[in-house]
Amino acid sequence: MSNRIVIDPVTRIEGHLRIEAVVENGVVTDAFSAGTMVRGIEKILKGRDPRDAWAFTERVCGVCTTVHALASVRSVENALGITVPKNAELVRNLMFCAQYVQDHVVHFYHLHALDWVDVVSMLKANPVEAAKIAQSISPWEKNTPGHFAAVQSRLKKYVESGQLGIFANGYWGHKAYKLPPEVNLLAVSHYLDALEWQKELVKIHTIFGGKNPHPNYLVGGVPCSFNLEEVNAINTERLNHIGSLIKDAITFVEQVYIPDLLAIAGFYKDWATIGGGLQNYLAYGDLPTKGYGNVDSFLLPRGAILGRNLNEIHEVNGKNVEEIKEYISHSWYKYGAGDGVGLHPFAGETEFNYTGPKPPYEHLNVEGKYSWLKTPRWKEHPMEVGPLARMLVAYAKGNTDVKELVGAVLKKLDVPITVLFSTLGRTAARGVETQIVAHWMKNFYDELIANIKGGEMNTFTRDKWEPASWPATAEGVGMTEAPRGALAHWVRIKDGIIDNYQLVVPSTWNASPRDSKGQRSAYEEALIGTPVANPEQPVEILRTIHSFDPCLACAVHIYDPKGEQVHQVQFY
Amino acid sequence: MADSNESIWQVMQEKGYSRREFVQFCTFAATAAGLSSPAAAAVVEAFEKKQRPPVIWLHFQECTCCSESFIRASHPIVADVLLDALSLDYTETLQAASGHAAEKCLQDTLKTHVGKYILLVEGSVPIGADGVYCTIGGRTAEDILKEAAKGAAAVIAWGNCASYGCIQAAKPNPTNATPIHKLISNPVINVPGCPPIADVMVAVVTHILMFGRIPELDAQGRPKEFYGRRVHDTCYRRPYYDAGMFVEAFDDDKARKGYCLYKMGCRGPVTYNACSVTKWNGGTSYPIQSGHGCIGCSENGFWDNGPFYQHLPSFPGFGIESTADQIGTAVGIGAAVGVAAHAISTNLRKRQLIHEQPIEPTPTPEEGKVK
Repeated sequence: MSNRIVIDPVTRIEGHLRIEAVVENGVVTDAFSAGTMVRGIEKILKGRDPRDAWAFTERVCGVCTTVHALASVRSVENALGITVPKNAELVRNLMFCAQYVQDHVVHFYHLHALDWVDVVSMLKANPVEAAKIAQSISPWEKNTPGHFAAVQSRLKKYVESGQLGIFANGYWGHKAYKLPPEVNLLAVSHYLDALEWQKELVKIHTIFGGKNPHPNYLVGGVPCSFNLEEVNAINTERLNHIGSLIKDAITFVEQVYIPDLLAIAGFYKDWATIGGGLQNYLAYGDLPTKGYGNVDSFLLPRGAILGRNLNEIHEVNGKNVEEIKEYISHSWYKYGAGDGVGLHPFAGETEFNYTGPKPPYEHLNVEGKYSWLKTPRWKEHPMEVGPLARMLVAYAKGNTDVKELVGAVLKKLDVPITVLFSTLGRTAARGVETQIVAHWMKNFYDELIANIKGGEMNTFTRDKWEPASWPATAEGVGMTEAPRGALAHWVRIKDGIIDNYQLVVPSTWNASPRDSKGQRSAYEEALIGTPVANPEQPVEILRTIHSFDPCLACAVHIYDPKGEQVHQVQFY
Repeated sequence: MADSNESIWQVMQEKGYSRREFVQFCTFAATAAGLSSPAAAAVVEAFEKKQRPPVIWLHFQECTCCSESFIRASHPIVADVLLDALSLDYTETLQAASGHAAEKCLQDTLKTHVGKYILLVEGSVPIGADGVYCTIGGRTAEDILKEAAKGAAAVIAWGNCASYGCIQAAKPNPTNATPIHKLISNPVINVPGCPPIADVMVAVVTHILMFGRIPELDAQGRPKEFYGRRVHDTCYRRPYYDAGMFVEAFDDDKARKGYCLYKMGCRGPVTYNACSVTKWNGGTSYPIQSGHGCIGCSENGFWDNGPFYQHLPSFPGFGIESTADQIGTAVGIGAAVGVAAHAISTNLRKRQLIHEQPIEPTPTPEEGKVK
């Protein structure tokens, strides 16, 4: 029996995502992923001051806030030949690490956990037993019978009120939920702890960038100044504050997130064989230690893996016109040379061509065009991006921290490395990355203190600030890694203003529709073979989709409302 | 912690308050809300019976920064808001259910709580091309907004997107992104900012719950409580502005001393928001304190008021010198020379007090040490 399931809205994500899946005999046999919202930010950037672009592009996404700003300032600095001071590199790295740790923890508890954790089941838990389990895996101070009993009592009153709020109509009691009540109680308790803690770590952004979400960045460095003789700058008190936040972050990750991840994963080992999807992985890398221009100095390395062959890492070049092409066979655009071709961004066209059904509609026409996302390909291959891709590339490139921790996790779960190619593997890779990045954050902090101690105070390179110092035309690429995967911005500056601006973002790689050859992108491919016990409650589909951490506002940007051809790069 | 099913009176009883004190509390609340005595009686009754009010949070053309900001609230923390203060029946960011099950949550609240739910809207609504630029569950954003607004007791527009259209409405506004107050007839509380400050967001919602009425609004629909003053009016760097002591370049000696960022393009003088008082993320800092000028993110059309690093007198129509006039210099001077003239005249008055030269020599630009 075949049954077409529509999930729209997909919740607990950023943005507007729709999944249509064909289910036969309890298993997904085909799937279609559609982005259903568009804003047109690249078009809005045209003609503006390139020094302002970070603020515009940062508003592409408020969940992965900062990463678009970082990609943007790098693209402009790359175009103008600006190297930022060491202190600015360190501040940016600290903000990057803070974003990763906060975002990954929020993803695990608040966006993903309810796919694995049955909130209603925890009402039956024995808080004393729950505390015993919790204390056996972590010294976290709130893992006490009293605290768990209080949380349970609070949630019990909440449920009995009949007003279930965000937990209403969840798939509670579904047979796919496998955790014992005590582990569910532990997880819900930590859901609340994480919600309270996450607001703290982002204060690193607030101290350096003035606010979060959407802290301030600056072409040429960072906007904050250091001064150890002044209350009105980043001084010892501010640095102490950051040091405390980092210390607490490491504690939270090591005592709450990672133990919970391992405990929950232990009950869902079957998901290590589900949801693998594509066999190709792409990472641009980030966390430079000797300048953005020195890719070999990145702690998160750059590279591509094909066919899950970890013995060969392919080089990736953002400026090579042969590497990345975009297809629109199933996207609401059209190309002059026909819809079947793939165009490199520098030869790209964007012509809006909505051919979908007139709202309100029941189904999209998936034989034709069905998404606002274009379909990017690397050397014609569909690629998965995100924490799994980053950890695989780092592992294959021999990064010691990654090899050690991945090895330890696999040993703890008693599974081979091939389990990483799965829904569970994607979720585990995110945890591994969080722990590593939390420690790197501490290292960057120590280095910053040492730098200041050595008398280096500069945070900004001023020589190319004034547009009068710029060449008539310049082009640059700013590559980074959003928490969700590889992200790049391309800018072309002409006569001091933006002539063209393009973004290639992670959820476009992962969530795009199939290409002209019919090759599925990451979401669609990963859903094939996913079991669906009850099509009315497709929690299994959500597990795989959420394992990618979808971010749809990022993924859809541009179109031309008048149907004009735009002979410029339009790059997602 | 308050039982979600309890009235405020029950909570106060548990905490040892007497009935008399409760009525006093309600009278105070009603007075603060500007209500007369008979109305105060109604407030007492409302608080006694109050269940958690149902709340719907819709998402349209947005980046989710408003939701992210909301969960950063520090007083009260967001868990207390979600579990004790209100019943968030629909939110695509946090709710457990997806697809049809999620839509059912929305429809259930719309049908069973007509006239009683609070509608929160994040994002603008694209009305171009019959609404195909934003659909949810196959329906257009406009369709969903209008349906949800019909039975709403109050409507709050979160952030600059829902209040003014924000970035997607910047020129050339490709999708015809539209603020919600232009599409529905309900009065709309605009809470602008990109995003708004977390504790301001929570305060606007709890104002309604606590005082039983919407906050006092200005002509632009903004709560006066948080948008009645310009960032400049209460900025801790304001004395430097008055003294004419300005940062001339990022990370120069003056930046390192925390002088005024006006010449770096700061929009504090024309931006109404609570940043310089409430500050961000539990009072940690705000843009100016961290060395970057305000970009004016709570103002209508701020994206087209750039470039951000060009200072205000370079732009026609800003009227910055009216500010200078208000603070007492009252000299009729042209905008282009206004800053310097204002600085000098103010300093003539204040030099004795601050013992500092009004106009310091500009240092030679120092290069960042590049590694």
